[in-house]
Amino acid sequence: MGRISLRSVGLGLAAPVGALVFALLVCGVILSITGHQPFDVAEDMIGSLERPRTVANSLNSATTYYLSAVAVAIGFKMRLFNIGVDGQYRLAAMLAAALAGASFMESLPSVLRILMTILAAMLVGAIWSGIAGFLKVTRGVSEVISTIMLNAIATALVAFLLNPDRLAVTVAGSNNIGTAPITEGGQVPGIPYSGSSSDVFGLIVLAAVVGVAYWFMLNRTRFGFDLKATGESESAAVASGVNVKKMVLASMLLSGAVAGLVGMPQLLGASHSYSLDFPAGLGFTGIAIALLGRNHPIGMAFAAFLWGALDQTSNVLDLSGVPKEIVVIMQGVIVLSVVIAYELVRRYKLRLEQRDVGRALGTTKTPEEVQA
Amino acid sequence: MSASGLAVGVQETVAPPRRRTSPMIYFLLAIAALLVVSLVRVLTGAGNLTSSGTVAAALTAAVPIALAGLAGLWSERAGVINIGLEGMMVLGTFGAGLFGWQWGPWAGVLAGVVLGAVGGLIHAVATVTFGVDHIISGVAITLAAPGLTLFLAKLYFTDAPGGGQKQSPPIEDVPHVTIPGLSSVLADIEQQQWFFVSDLAGLLRGLTTDVSLLTLLAVVLFFVTAYVLWRTAFGLRLRSCGEAPHAAESLGVNVYKYKYAAITMSGALAGLGGAILAVASSQFRDGQTGGRGYIGLASMIFGNWRPGGVAAGAGLFGYTDAMQLRGEGAVHALLLLLGIALLVLAVVQLRAKRYVVAGVATVIGALFILWFALTDQVPPELVSAAPYVVTLLVLSLAAQRLRVPKWIGRTYRRGEGG
Amino acid sequence: MNVAVRTGTVHALVGENGAGKSTLMKILYGMQRPDEGTISIDGTQGDFHTPADAIAVGIGMVHQHFMLADNLTVLENVVLGDEPRGGGGIDFKAARAKIKDISARYGLGVDPDRLVDELGVGERQRVEILKVLFRGARILILDEPTAVLVPQEVDELFGNLRELKAEGLTILFISHKLDEVLSVADDITVMRRGTTVASVAPGDVTARQLAELMVGSALPVPELRESTVTDTPVLEAEGLTVTSPDGRTVLEGMSVTINAGEVLGIAGVEGNGQAELVEALMGIRPLQAGRIALRGEDITKLSTRKRRDAGIGYIPEDRHRQGVLLEATLWENRILGHQTKAPSVRGLLLNRSGARADTQRIVDEYDVRTPNIDVLAGSLSGGNQQKLIVGREMSGNPVLLIASHPTRGVDVGAQAAIWEQIRKARAEQLAVLLISADLDELIGMSDSLAVILRGRLVASYDPKAVTPEELGSAMTGAGDGEES
Repeated sequence: MGRISLRSVGLGLAAPVGALVFALLVCGVILSITGHQPFDVAEDMIGSLERPRTVANSLNSATTYYLSAVAVAIGFKMRLFNIGVDGQYRLAAMLAAALAGASFMESLPSVLRILMTILAAMLVGAIWSGIAGFLKVTRGVSEVISTIMLNAIATALVAFLLNPDRLAVTVAGSNNIGTAPITEGGQVPGIPYSGSSSDVFGLIVLAAVVGVAYWFMLNRTRFGFDLKATGESESAAVASGVNVKKMVLASMLLSGAVAGLVGMPQLLGASHSYSLDFPAGLGFTGIAIALLGRNHPIGMAFAAFLWGALDQTSNVLDLSGVPKEIVVIMQGVIVLSVVIAYELVRRYKLRLEQRDVGRALGTTKTPEEVQA
Repeated sequence: MSASGLAVGVQETVAPPRRRTSPMIYFLLAIAALLVVSLVRVLTGAGNLTSSGTVAAALTAAVPIALAGLAGLWSERAGVINIGLEGMMVLGTFGAGLFGWQWGPWAGVLAGVVLGAVGGLIHAVATVTFGVDHIISGVAITLAAPGLTLFLAKLYFTDAPGGGQKQSPPIEDVPHVTIPGLSSVLADIEQQQWFFVSDLAGLLRGLTTDVSLLTLLAVVLFFVTAYVLWRTAFGLRLRSCGEAPHAAESLGVNVYKYKYAAITMSGALAGLGGAILAVASSQFRDGQTGGRGYIGLASMIFGNWRPGGVAAGAGLFGYTDAMQLRGEGAVHALLLLLGIALLVLAVVQLRAKRYVVAGVATVIGALFILWFALTDQVPPELVSAAPYVVTLLVLSLAAQRLRVPKWIGRTYRRGEGG
Repeated sequence: MNVAVRTGTVHALVGENGAGKSTLMKILYGMQRPDEGTISIDGTQGDFHTPADAIAVGIGMVHQHFMLADNLTVLENVVLGDEPRGGGGIDFKAARAKIKDISARYGLGVDPDRLVDELGVGERQRVEILKVLFRGARILILDEPTAVLVPQEVDELFGNLRELKAEGLTILFISHKLDEVLSVADDITVMRRGTTVASVAPGDVTARQLAELMVGSALPVPELRESTVTDTPVLEAEGLTVTSPDGRTVLEGMSVTINAGEVLGIAGVEGNGQAELVEALMGIRPLQAGRIALRGEDITKLSTRKRRDAGIGYIPEDRHRQGVLLEATLWENRILGHQTKAPSVRGLLLNRSGARADTQRIVDEYDVRTPNIDVLAGSLSGGNQQKLIVGREMSGNPVLLIASHPTRGVDVGAQAAIWEQIRKARAEQLAVLLISADLDELIGMSDSLAVILRGRLVASYDPKAVTPEELGSAMTGAGDGEES
C-alpha cells in the first residue's frame, strides 16, 4: 500500500528472509545432530536445480500451490479462515474428472470440454465452501470448525463416489481405481521445457491469470476494498456500509471457486484421471504459502516456487541417505517463524511510523493515545 | 469478537439466561438415551447396537478422541484456540513409537506426553508471547509435526527389527483389567436379549471387561481435570484467563503463566492421546492419527467446553467409529437414532420459540428416518463422516446452548486493558 | 507529578481526557511502571511491579470498565487471585461466608452464587467494590465510577463511599464530572498534560473554575450563531423500536424529526439507547418496528450503504472501532464509507488518484496535521483522526449528519475546529443529530434538545433556556421536562 520506499521494502522482506535463515539454521542443527553434513545436503539440493527436469517439476508444483494459496488468501484478507480448501479441491477435482472423462464429452470441441471441466470444478469448490459461508452468516458457526468438518466429509464423499459401482473404473494394469481417463481432446497440452523430459503444465497460464485477477480485485476494485476493510476492522466496515454477511458469502464462494481450480493443472496436464493417488493435502500447503507470501500476489508466487523447488530438489536426498522430510521440517519452521516475524515487524513498523509522524509535526503523542 | 476471525452471524446464537441443571437431569437423560437405543435395537434387530463387544470397541476408539477433546478444553478454557491438536497427537504417536519399542509401553506413553507438551509449548510461545493468531499457529504446528516425525522415523525405524520407513517396530501393550465375577454375570444377562436390561448389561460389561490401564488413566484424567479446573485456585485463575484476562491481571494473576501452563498441559494431553493410539495399535504409523485431533476438537464443542460433555461427545464419536467395524445392520440402525435425536432437538428448539431452527431440524431428522426406512444398508465409506456431520448439525442447530469462553481466540497483552 | 492523599478521606483527581489520570492510576496499581518517581504508603516506599504488589500493601482498584468475567459466578470473581484454601482446593464455604459478611456490613446486597452475566450495572459495580474489600484494601481507587450509573445508583454509591470513609478507608476518586466531585470529595487535585496543576478544597472553587483549571485556559465556548432552522424536514423517524439479541427492548417507539439547518442534540446517561438509535438510523441494527424517512423518502428498508448514498454522513462514537482503519493509509480511509461515490470510485473500480486528491483537500481544509497522506491512520493523534473523519463525512454534500460524541477524546484545538465545521455545515442547511455526553457542548451546539432515558425520549428543551442541572435531572428521570 502507498508509495514504495526503501524502508518499506526492507521491512517487508525482513520477515520472510529472517524466517528462511532461521529455518536453515534449525535444519542445519537437526542435520548435524542426526549425523549428516548440512552443507553437503544444501549442495546436493541446489545442484539438482541445474537439471531442467527439476525446474520444470518445481514450476508444476508451484502452479498448483499458487492456486491453493490464492484460494486461502482471499479468505485470509478478510480474516476468514478457509481451512477447507483441501476438501474443496479434492471434491471438485474428482467430480470434474468424472465429468471430463464421461463419454458424451468426447463429441464436444476441445476448448469447450476444457472450459466445462474447469467451470464444473469451480462450481463444486464454491458449493462446498458455500456451505461453510452459509452456516457462518446464518448460524454464526465458526468457519474454521465447519471447514475442518467439511474436509473430512469430503474425504468420505470422495471415497464413496470413487467406487467401481459409482464413478470409478479400475485403472488398467494396477489395483488402483480412478475416474474414467480423459481422452486427448479434454486434456491441456503442456509447454515443452528445453532439456526436460517433462513438460510444464499448460495451466500455469491459468495460475498467472488468477494471480493477476486477484491483485486487480484487491487493489483496484470496490469489492476488494470492502474485503480488505472487513479484514482490517469488521466494525469499521459495517459502519461504512459494507454488508459483512454478503461479503462473507461472496468471498467464501470466490475462495471455493479458486480452490476448485487447484486440482486442474495436475488433472488436465498430467494425471488425466482422478484416482486414489491424486495429490492430497494441497489445501494445507496453500495455507503455508499464503502465510509466507503474506497474501500478496507476488509474494505468494515466490513462496510457491520456493515450496515447489524444496519439494523437487529434496528427491535427490533419499539417494544420499538423508530423509527428504528434512524439507518438510524446514517448511514447517519457515511457516511458524514467519508468522511470528511478520507480527514483530508489523508492530515495529507502526511504532516507527508513529514516531516519524510525531517528529514531522514536532509533537509527541501521550502514551495513552498511542495505546488506545 | 467471539472467536478468531469475523464476528458476523454470532448474534443469531445468543445464549438464553442459564438455568442450573442438576446432575440428576443428566443421569435421567442418559437413561432415556439408553431406552431409545434399546428400543431401536428391538425394532431393528441390530443386536450389535449395545453388545458388550461394541461398547468395548467404542471405548477403545473413544479414548484418544476424548483426550484430544480434553486437551482442547484445557487450552480453550484459558482462551487459546488449539487446532494444533492434530499435530501434537502426531508427536505423541511418534514418541510412543520411538520409546515404546525400546523401553516398553509406559516409557513410550511418557515420551508421547513429553513430545506433545513440547508441541504445546511452541504453540504457547507463538500465541501468548508473540501474539500470533491462534488458528495460524495451530495450522503451522499441524503442518510441521508429520514432517518432523517422518524424518525421524526414516532415521530411526528403517533398519529396526519390524520397523519401516513409515512405521515403528511393534510396541507391547499395557496390561488390561477385568472386574472379576461381574463380567460373567453381566454376560448371562446380556444374552437374554431383554429390553433395556440386557442393553444395560451389555453396556456395563463392555465398560468393565478387559479394559486397558491406559483407558483407566484417561478416565482418571477427566476427574482430575474437572477437579483442578473447577475446584482449585489454579483452575479458577486459569479459567479467568479465558474469560476476562484483564480482570485476572488486575487481581494480580499472571495471565501469561496460566496460559502457558494450560497450553502445555493441552499439548501433553494431546500427546498422551496420540501415544495411547500408538500403543493400542501396537506401533507408530505415519498418518495414524487420521484427523482424531479434529474430532477431539469437535467433541469439545459438542461437550460445551465441559469435561463431562467432552466425554459424552467422544463416547458418541467412538461409538460411530466402533459401529463401522461392527457390521452394516448396526450402522443402518444409527440412521434411525440420528433421526430421532434431531426430532428431539426440534422439540427443544420449538419450546424456545426458534421456529426456523426447529423446522430445519425436523426436516433433516425426517430425511434421516426416511433414509433408514427406504434402504437396507449404509455405504461404509459414509459412516466415517458421521462425527463431522453430527458436529456440524450441533453447531448449526443448537449453538445457542453453548457457552464459549468469552476471550477465546483473542490476543492478550499485559497492561492494555481498561 | 505529585499528589498526596490523607488517610480516611475521599480525594478526587480531576482532569481532561488524556490528562494522564488513567496512567497515574495504572502506575499506582502496578499495571504500568513509572519512568521516574516514587510511591509511598503511610511513609513506606512501595515498588509496584504488578497489581499483586499493590494489593499486598492494601491498594484496591475499581476500574471504569468493569473487570469481571461474565461466565463466572460472583463468588469466583471475588475470590479470584486471593482464594481461601482448604482441603486441596478452594474453600467455597469460607469464601461464601466472608462475602455475605462484607456484603451485609456495607449494605452491598450481593449474592455470591449468581452468574455475573445476569447482573445489572449497579450490581456489577458493587461486586467490584466487594472484590476490593475482600482483599482487605485500605485504599480504594475508583476510576470514573459514575460514568455508567444512573443517578439513584450514584447516590447509593456515594452513600457506600461515605460508609467506607467512616470505617477509616481512604478513597481516591477519579472523575471529570465536576459537580459530583464537589459533592463527595474532601480534597481535589487537578491534572493537566500529565502534571498536577492545582490542589484545592471543594469549598473554595466553583465547577467553572475547576473546569478552567483542568483545561488550562478559558474554555472554548460551544455556541451557535443565528438560527438557520427551516421547516423542511430532513429526517423523520417514527416509532423506532429495537430489541437486543437477548430479547431486551433497548429502543421503544422513538420518534425524531430534524429539519434542514437544525441541530438536534440528544442528552442522556450513556447506555440509555443512544448507540442503538444511531445504529438503527444507520441501518446497522435491525428495527423491530418503525419507519425512517429521509427528505420524505422511505429508507426503512435500505442498507447502510444505500442510506449513506442517500446523503447521510456518520461520525461514529468509537473512532478506532468504527471510524477508521488504523492500519490503512489516510487516502484509503478517505474511501471508507464512500465506496460508492466519486471521487473515490469510478463504477466498480477504485479511483486512486481521485481519492488521493480529495484526501489532500480534506487534510488542507480541515487542518489534519500529518506529514503526508500515505501515513497510516493509526499513527495520527486522536484529534487529527477525528478531523479526517469529519472532513470525510462532510464531503459529498450530505443532507443529514449523525454525529456521535464528535469531540470525545480530542484536544481543545480540534474540538473548536470540529464545532466550527458543524456550524458551517448547519449554515448550509445540513440537518445534524448530535449525541454527546458533554452537556455544555449539547446546550451550546443544539437548536433543540431531547433527553433519552431507557430507550425513550422523555423530555425536550429549548437549549437557550435550559441549564445543565435541569438537563442532568431529566437524564436521570428525576426532572420533569417541559415541551418547548
